[in-house]
Parts: sequence; structure tokens; C-alpha cells
Amino acid sequence: MSRMLVPCHVKSTVALQVGDMRTSQGRPGVLVVDVTFPNVAPFELLEITFKNYYTAFLSIRVRHHTPLHTPSKWVTCLRDYCLMPDPHSEEGAQEYVSLFKHQMLCDVSRVLELRLILRQPSPLWLSFTVEELQIYQQGPKSPSLIFPKWLSHPVSSEQPAPRLEGLPDPSRVSSEVQQMWALTEMIRASHTSTRIGRFDVDGCYDLNLLSYT
Amino acid sequence: MLQEESDLSLIIAQIVQKLKGSNLYAQLERQAWACLQRPEVRLESLKEDIKEFFKISGWEKKLQNAVYSELNVYPLPSHPSAPPEHLKEPLVYMRKAQGSWEKRILKSLNSMCTELSIPLARKRPVGEQKELLNKWNEMGTDEPDLSLFRPVYAPKDFLEVLINLRNPNYENGDSLSFRTHLGLIQVPLKVKDIPELKECFVELGLSTGQLGIDDSTQVPPELFENEHVRIGQKVLLQQDSAAAQQYIRQGSPTALRAELWALILNISSQPEDILYYEQLKTNVIQHDLLVDSLIYKDVKLTASNDDYYFVFEDYLYQVLLCFSRDTSVLGHFAYNSASPPKSYIRGKLGLEEYAVFYPPNGVIPFHGFSMYVAPLCFLYHEPYKLYQIFREMYVRFFFRLHSISSHPSGIVSLCLLFETLLQTYLPQLFYHLREIGAQPLRISFKWMVRAFSGYLATDQLLLLWDRILGYNSLEILAGSSG
Repeated sequence: MSRMLVPCHVKSTVALQVGDMRTSQGRPGVLVVDVTFPNVAPFELLEITFKNYYTAFLSIRVRHHTPLHTPSKWVTCLRDYCLMPDPHSEEGAQEYVSLFKHQMLCDVSRVLELRLILRQPSPLWLSFTVEELQIYQQGPKSPSLIFPKWLSHPVSSEQPAPRLEGLPDPSRVSSEVQQMWALTEMIRASHTSTRIGRFDVDGCYDLNLLSYT
Repeated sequence: MLQEESDLSLIIAQIVQKLKGSNLYAQLERQAWACLQRPEVRLESLKEDIKEFFKISGWEKKLQNAVYSELNVYPLPSHPSAPPEHLKEPLVYMRKAQGSWEKRILKSLNSMCTELSIPLARKRPVGEQKELLNKWNEMGTDEPDLSLFRPVYAPKDFLEVLINLRNPNYENGDSLSFRTHLGLIQVPLKVKDIPELKECFVELGLSTGQLGIDDSTQVPPELFENEHVRIGQKVLLQQDSAAAQQYIRQGSPTALRAELWALILNISSQPEDILYYEQLKTNVIQHDLLVDSLIYKDVKLTASNDDYYFVFEDYLYQVLLCFSRDTSVLGHFAYNSASPPKSYIRGKLGLEEYAVFYPPNGVIPFHGFSMYVAPLCFLYHEPYKLYQIFREMYVRFFFRLHSISSHPSGIVSLCLLFETLLQTYLPQLFYHLREIGAQPLRISFKWMVRAFSGYLATDQLLLLWDRILGYNSLEILAGSSG
């Protein structure tokens, strides 16, 4: 199934916090990231991939394209997806994640906008976000190859030759021979990746000092 | 469900790809061709008949063991967007810390090289090669002047690096919070707590028989020992790696241990393996490496001085010198957070065709490294078998004890697990030691880095290493320290 990257514009994150942000001590635990798709028609969402950075839970809301004169509402398509099983520890903190269409709670066939709601309840982390966000839609179907008619519909013109007594059925033999041939081809085609084991270059192992890359 | 199916196909494809390059694949091919001659194999049901033959002749079991081995050793395929360094170590700050630590080691090795005016590698003149070949079995009698050499680093240097490891995105402030780490390790890795450990290591519970406890002289052997030995013999007869791994969680009888470990690690000494070891020996004879002197020094300082292991001194040289030349060890760097040191042939700096790894296996030994090999000498007496077992143990377990990573069996997690267990089980002891300035990790760190080799009596040590193999995890080391 091919997929196509959808060019998107990720707006800067907005922190949701109660009270006056300048004077409050704590760090925000909820961030909202809006993703818009300028110049792209409403599309069918296939996959969302990103690299996590210390986000514990992810919710996604989607705004659909609706027929004219109907106001489009935000619908939750993913609710509290857990990225870090223990928000206080490092597990899952910097993992690459993929979310697919079949995991979504609602229909995502005419997406206009996405809203990612990131939650990190633990006060131990200084910041959290998601990085390298990429949205994919269904790619174009591979063009079906047109076979010439004589290849796909072989004409059975000749009369089958009269069977000689005592010999096995020719079609059966030919299918078995074909099977054998296929096996030998398979074995020949797979070449073993042998380990070379040489550590020198043409017998020489006279080295410089070690390099710091 | 779709995702799980595609993950499974990816894992299967990865394992098939790995096995295609192995000896087992070539052997299976030969066997398949040979069995075409057999009368029970018919053309119309060729595939099924060959499969049936494999099942009966034990080849299917060998393949099963190989697949099981791959699943145990190699991590699952990661996300398609993840770069290779993510597989080595997912956390960026740990990768950076490992990188700086490696740079320090390289600088140390380079300065030793320039100070002593000894080249990193040198081709031996023919006379010297002959001499070394003659005394290959008694290299311990050699007394080279090693006074100028010093180990590249010792476990305590490594501990200092781990103590200073910090996550830049973590609240590392001085104020006490509910998650302040009272021990030396200050990174918030996930470690198992007591209930999780109990669930994971269920076979080590009080109500299950254990070798090492329930086979002591006071306990009559009919209660546990005899039955356990009988099951062990059955497992060996079946030649099933997975069953052996399950069995050994309760300890291995001394007589069966060598074979059981070889079965679990999927080591079968084929003629190709013996040939490979001989090839490594030739490499040792032809080239002299600076790392060899480090190995000599380490063996003389540690194993030769140990009451249990000094008799194996010659074996240790034969294994460790060959280990340094083994390029197949480079494969484990795919899942090790460390990277092998690189260099260029003299005069060809920067040209990639002349880039090489140094030492050829990419592993620079540190003070105490030879102690990983020493206990194995009690089990295996042919050098090539001892070599294979050690190499497999290293690329499965021991490499995690001296590289910085977030893996649950990595040394950082083990240290944190130890400190957490001690605080939970013996809080007063922990507090007291802290108060008198003796952080408990400083004492137990060297035990864990060496996997207790040299610190426990050999029979106890081998029982401990039985459990490491049985659970495919080093977490038991932290439990034993606590």
C-alpha cells in the first residue's frame, strides 16, 4: 500500500495552563499543536509518524471537510494514546511512533486540520514535545499493467496429441518439472552473504593513530 | 491486528536474511539435495517430504534453535524512520555520553602509543612469528616488560562517568522531591520493582527447587536433585535450546553444564569453526597489536593472581589474543551503544578504502577484562570451543557491562536497580552507608562490571551465570549484589 507525504504546516505549540503563566511555579502539562494543510484538498489520512520527546499521552482531534453551510466541528480521533508507560521514567521517551488509520476512533477520510494534544503529567521533565511530524495519505494506486491479449489468454488451437500407452499425463509431468525448475532457480538466486573476516587492507595493517570522529 | 501481522512478517524476513549467510543454511541445502535420493521423497509432494525428513533427522530442531538464538540476541526491527543509532541507543544524551567516554579512551590509547613510541599494529618478522608459534601453548612463561603499560581504564573510572550522567531535560535541581535519587545514579531509567522482579524471576522463588541450595549435603537428593539431573539429561537428548534455557533457571548440574551452555548459546563446533579459530591464530602470529600488551598486562594483574584461575593463564592468552582479531564481533555493534574505534592505513588518512577498525574486533580491553573468560576455562578445554563460548557470551551479555546505555540489562540500569532494591529492602543500611560517606554502589559496582568473576567462588559464580543464560538478562547481577 503506497503512501504519500502530505505537506503540512505545524503551528507553534500552545501551552494550556491555569492561572497567570508569569507568576505560577509549575510547568505546563498540556500542550496543543495545530497542524494545517494549506493548498491541499481534504484528504484521507493513512498514517501519522513522529519522534516522541518526553510526551506521555497523546490525543488527536480532527476537523473534517463538510458540505457547504454545515459548520465543521472538531472530533476526537485518538484519545489518551500512551507513549510513556511510566511518565516519570525514560521508557518510550524518545521513541519513533506510527499511528494508523485503523487505530482512529472516527472516520478520517476528509481531513482539513489536525490538532495534537500532548500531555505530560510528571513535573520532572523540563519540556516535552513531538518532533519530525509527518502525515501520510493514500498514494496513487500502481497503474495496472496491460498485458498483450495473447499472453493473458493463450489460444488453445492445436488438438492435444494422442496419448501414448503407459506414459504419464504430459500436463502433470510438465507441472512437476516446472516446480523442480522453480526450486532450483530459487536456490541459485539466493546467494549467501559470507563474512570476509579480513581486518587488513591488502595484507597491510600499519595504522595511523586512532581517529576521533 | 494489521500492524502486528506486518511486524511479524518483518521479524521473519529479518531472521531469514540473517540465517541465509550462516553455515546452517549451507548445511540444510546440502541435506535437502542429499535427501532427494531417498525413496520416500516423491516429486509430487517434494516440499512436504523434505520437511518431514528434516523433522525426523533433527535438522528442524537445529533450525529452531538457530531462530530462537536470533530472537534472543537481536533486538526487534525498529520503526522504519528510526536511524541506525536509535537501535544502538534510543536516548540522545546517553549516545552523547558514550561518545565522549569513547573519545577519552581513544585519547588515552593514542597518548600511550606516542609516549612509548610503540605502533598500534606491527607486522611480525618471520623469525618472531616462528618463535610465537612454537610457544603458543605456553605464552604464560613469557615475561615481557610491561611496566610502562597501564590499563586504558579501570571500572572505577567508568563509575565516575556514570555518576555524572545527566539527562538535560530532567529536573536535576538540589531541592528534594518525591523522585530524588538518593544513590549515585541520577538518571530516571525504568527498573523493575520487587513485585515485577518476583513475576519475572518466578523460578527463583522459595517454593521452587534450586541447585546451589537444595542440593547441599543436608538435603536428601531424592527431594529435588535426582529428578533435576534426570530432566537435564532428557533436555540434552532433545537438543532443544528453548527447553534448555528454561531448565537452567533452576541451576545446572556440574556434569551437564558445559553441554547445556553450548546448547543455549547455539554453539556446535563444526569443522568450519575450528578452521576459523585457526585463522584467527594465524592473524595473531602475523601481526602484533598494542592491545596485545594490554591483554598481557591485564592477565598478569588479575587472573594470574587469582587462586582459582592462575592455572588457566595460557588459555586466557589463546582466547583473548584471537578475540581481538575477530571481525565477526563487529556485528554486535549494531545493537551496542558503543562504536568500534576507527583508523586509517598510514599515509592514507581520510580515504575510506583504507579505513580500518582497531582492534579488528572493535573492543578495547580494560582492567579486569580477562576475568570474563577465566571462569569458562573450568568448563571447556579445547581452545576453539572455549573461544566460541566466550565470544557468544560477550556479544550477548558482557558488552553491556562496560558501555553506557538505557537497556534494562545495561550497567546503568543494573546500578540503579541495585540502589533501588537496597533502599527498599535495607533502608537503614543504605542510609547508614550514605551517612558515613560510603555509597553502597561504590562497593558493588566492581562486582557487577565483572559479573562477579573473581569475587565469588567458582561454583557459586557458575550457578549465577546459569541464571544469566536462563533469563537472558543481567538483572540477576543487581539482585545478587543487593
